[in-house]
Amino acid sequence: MGATIPEAAAWAILFSPLASFLFIALVVRPFLNRRYARLAGYVTVLAVGAALALSLWAAASTLRQGGPVGFAPHRWLTLGELEFRVGVLLDPLTAVMLVVVTGVSLMVQVYSQGYMRGDPGYARYFAFMSLFTASMVGIVLARSILQLYVFWELVGLCSYLLIGFWGDRPAAAAAAKKAFLVTRLGDVGFLLAILYLFSQRAVFLERGLNPLEIPDIHEVAALAKAGAVGGLAITWLALGIFAGAAGKSAQFPLHTWLPDAMEGPTPVSALIHAATMVAAGVFLVARLYPVFEASQDALVVVALVGGFTALFAATMGLVMDDIKRVMAYSTVSQLGYMMLALGIGAPRLAIFHLGMHAFFKALLFLGAGSVNHATGTFDLRSMGGLRRRMPWTYGTFLVAALSLAGVFPLAGFWSKDVILGAAWSSGEPVAPWVFWMVMVTVALTAFYIFRVFFMAFHGASRGSQAEASHGAGGHGGGPHESPAVMVLPMVALAVPAVAAGYVANPLSALGPVGAHWLNEFMASLGGEVAEPDVALAIASQVAALTGIAVAALLYQARARWLAPMGRGLAPLGRLLSRRYYLDELYEGITVGRLFYRGMARFTDWVDREVVDRTVDGIGWLGRNLGRSLLPLQNGQVQVYGVVISFGVLAIVGAYLLLR
Amino acid sequence: MTLRDLYLLSPEMAMAALASLVVLVDLVVPRTRVLATLAGVGLLVPAALSVLLWGEVGGEASGAVTALSGTLVVDEFSLFFKFLVLGIVGLLIPASVDYVGRFLRSPGEFYALVLFSATGMMLLASTTELVSIYISLELTSLPLAVLAAFLRDGRSSEAGLKFLLLSALSSAILLYGMVLVYGVTGSTRLEEIAQEVARVTAGGGPLFQGPVVLVGVALMVAGFGFKVASVPFQMWVPDVYEGAPTPVTAYLSVGSKAAGFAVLLRVFYVALQGEELRADWGGLFAVLSVASMTAGNLMAMLQGNIKRLLAYSTVAHAGYLLVGLAVVAGGGGAGEALLGPSGVLFYLGAYAASNLAAFFAIIVITNQVGSDQISAFAGMARRAPWLAAALALAMVSLIGIPPTAGFMGKLYLFNAAVQNGMAWLALAGVVNSVVSAYYYLRVVRSMYLLPAESDEPVRASAPMVAALAVPVLGVLLLGVLPNLLLEVAQSAVGTIQPPG
Repeated sequence: MGATIPEAAAWAILFSPLASFLFIALVVRPFLNRRYARLAGYVTVLAVGAALALSLWAAASTLRQGGPVGFAPHRWLTLGELEFRVGVLLDPLTAVMLVVVTGVSLMVQVYSQGYMRGDPGYARYFAFMSLFTASMVGIVLARSILQLYVFWELVGLCSYLLIGFWGDRPAAAAAAKKAFLVTRLGDVGFLLAILYLFSQRAVFLERGLNPLEIPDIHEVAALAKAGAVGGLAITWLALGIFAGAAGKSAQFPLHTWLPDAMEGPTPVSALIHAATMVAAGVFLVARLYPVFEASQDALVVVALVGGFTALFAATMGLVMDDIKRVMAYSTVSQLGYMMLALGIGAPRLAIFHLGMHAFFKALLFLGAGSVNHATGTFDLRSMGGLRRRMPWTYGTFLVAALSLAGVFPLAGFWSKDVILGAAWSSGEPVAPWVFWMVMVTVALTAFYIFRVFFMAFHGASRGSQAEASHGAGGHGGGPHESPAVMVLPMVALAVPAVAAGYVANPLSALGPVGAHWLNEFMASLGGEVAEPDVALAIASQVAALTGIAVAALLYQARARWLAPMGRGLAPLGRLLSRRYYLDELYEGITVGRLFYRGMARFTDWVDREVVDRTVDGIGWLGRNLGRSLLPLQNGQVQVYGVVISFGVLAIVGAYLLLR
Repeated sequence: MTLRDLYLLSPEMAMAALASLVVLVDLVVPRTRVLATLAGVGLLVPAALSVLLWGEVGGEASGAVTALSGTLVVDEFSLFFKFLVLGIVGLLIPASVDYVGRFLRSPGEFYALVLFSATGMMLLASTTELVSIYISLELTSLPLAVLAAFLRDGRSSEAGLKFLLLSALSSAILLYGMVLVYGVTGSTRLEEIAQEVARVTAGGGPLFQGPVVLVGVALMVAGFGFKVASVPFQMWVPDVYEGAPTPVTAYLSVGSKAAGFAVLLRVFYVALQGEELRADWGGLFAVLSVASMTAGNLMAMLQGNIKRLLAYSTVAHAGYLLVGLAVVAGGGGAGEALLGPSGVLFYLGAYAASNLAAFFAIIVITNQVGSDQISAFAGMARRAPWLAAALALAMVSLIGIPPTAGFMGKLYLFNAAVQNGMAWLALAGVVNSVVSAYYYLRVVRSMYLLPAESDEPVRASAPMVAALAVPVLGVLLLGVLPNLLLEVAQSAVGTIQPPG
């Protein structure tokens, strides 16, 4: 891997999982599904493994270059002055994302070999997972915003297909639909932003730039910031892009789909709804960061939405009884952190946290899947005492939970603390607000994840429901540790969940690794990076440990003297467990009343009375006009000759008369 | 005729020789498969020779070599069409093996006539002189008339006779137009005509000559209009398409049309330039374009027979293609005006792929069910899922929906109209495309939504599957990566610039 990566190899990161998808969809599923469905899993692991190897190569190349590896874009099609091009944009941001996406994906694919074993949709599952990995890589590599959008929609499609993977369960089908529709709401904004860029192509073309190329958008945004370009409504552009990002990354008020998305298989939740796809929104904002930098207003919106979402989602995570739902809210909350980091001008920290979060959150989900594999349930109330039965799951889950809580010196501590520091020291007017939101969230996060931890692994077993869920449990002899194929990926993910935070961004040089190398590496993203503040770190540790302590008191020691307080808080608990009644608001009032009875009725009327009538009219016109021409087509060759001759005469006559 | 001329003419000569060889072998081994294999493999010779010639004039070299004292030219433009014709024939031969074996009595003559006609088409793309154009045109048409009558039943004979008679009529009109142009300009060679016409229409010549050129142009439009099946010279199309053997119909719809557009582009772009004259024939083509699209689509809606439906569809597509010629009437510059011809070339490739895919699927299905009616396609999605998918894809491409070649073809042609300030023409094309969905989707609906008459599966033979796979993949490939063909097309039209 000494040489710089050639372009073909960069494309191969995308095409390797894509080929795996095609092979499974066109060969394995139609022909080998009965006997050799396992092949699908092996092919996927192989393809994603190859993609990871190539991603590491790509990352090494960018690291050596200290900046983007330049690949010329390819002309795809030309319309008038505007060229549509496709290409690979391999810069530090891409490199970091590639390693995170393919790395987590590989672990999840290996894990799925065990988790999905014996499922009737085994080959279909791996086909979708391959397609998802390819699409996610496509987003990361895209050089043109149109190219990015295509893959953006493809990951949405994969998410839909995988949430509804067990579509015979009504809840899964409904959740898939909800995820698709809610994210689509945000995507409308993104699409409008792209169309706006297209409509402003003159601004770009007169500078020899292309409105759809991401590097060119950066350039124009920088010019707009300097006031050199007029006529570009950069705030609206940024907000449109942010709407797409907020939908994908489940930010308030578009967060409601993510908890429901937990109906999908757990490895899917780990990969798509925790580590990668939901982070695509953060990536998108970082990718087009110059546009946001050019608009102070847009940044304030991003910061406030991020900070509020972090706090808001964490509160709902406090009371959920479904282990995956707790973690879904946790994901929403952590994505809020990343958004707010973007909003206060620290895109590098956002991406840093994105990477760390991908590792420990994927690990938490795999742990939850492992627990489910053993007990057949996701309900915390029927778990307990799994510590002895599942030592590996217990250990790795503890590591991930500490990392999520931000306990020193695990990965989550480093990436979270710098965001806190940035919020503290940032001069932005919104910064103090979001700082306190995040500080409270730290305590809440520690509480909810250790609540899960104590309920699931400590205390007495509350009897598992082996009958629930798909083919897990039921082996007799009670819950037991998952097979090695599931444990190994968990252990592999535990390593970065512990160490990646410091190794990626050490305070001082670590042997060959320079201090803050990741920060330096991503310098092209812009923004400032604050030095860690010891006082802040201590404050955040106090907050986190308080959260853990309260969780331990309530769920481990079961302190009785707290019971009256619990009763006092019951109404609040109900509000939280009903998720602030937002789903009711959306589905009951907005969708039910406004949409079904209002807009839908209107569009239905338009469809029936205007569209259908027009179509019928064209058909009627066609049939009758055509019929009037029909007598001429009577099969008589003489008539045909006459028509031709009159045609010639008409043309000649028209020429002679009209000239 | 020098050795050099022979070399430049070698693809056509190889083609004619191959046709003769097929007839000779037919005397000894009158077996369909043997003859089809010979014809199919033999095509490699003219193909290889064309590749050699491309090496000489194509790419960086990008020149034009004239042969036979300037009556023929070998350039990227003519080679583009030679490859297109070779590709069409190369697919048609394997696709027709079963049909010929089952229904036609003399396979040797069948393949020989296909090859002779292809020789004419290849020549047409190269000719730069009126008399050679006429002769090549006849060489193309006469074998087609025989082929149309090849089933020897009532309908087929009628088709052949109609084609022959109306072809003769249009040839007469064409000749008359050529004579007028010759009379005014004193030359049959396109380049010399171009110089003379420019002089005459610029007012340098006697006044009465201007209208004479115009009448000549009008008559030539009528003659070529017959070939490309444009309104009002399309009357023969439905009857001949319906009566002719289905492989011949497929051949007529793509081969004859491609050759017609090759010569149309060459004559009008090279010989009949000049600001005013261009506006004249551009305007005429715009009118014919809209008339062809509209009439073709409206009539196609009424058809219950799939071959007649595709006959009217081909009229509509002639209309879309004429957009590429009409755009010269717009106010665009030289660069924009060339968008039209390059769009035509791309569209011809896309249309050939889509229509061949459709016809091949239809050949298999109609052979099995024994009916050409659309109602006979009911439930085909269950009886032959792959064939139904191929036919549905072809229909989607003919409508012009992404990600298919047909969409890209329309995109470029209509874009050419917009770029040349003729947005109304693009609008007419789009509206017509929407209307056309009505009847194309009827076929798809029948295959996918209606119950099958029987459960008996419909199977295609191995050569047919191979022949069908190529255009199907082509439709998808050109729909996703249009630049593969478009760049060639753009480069090819560079050589039909008017002199000066």
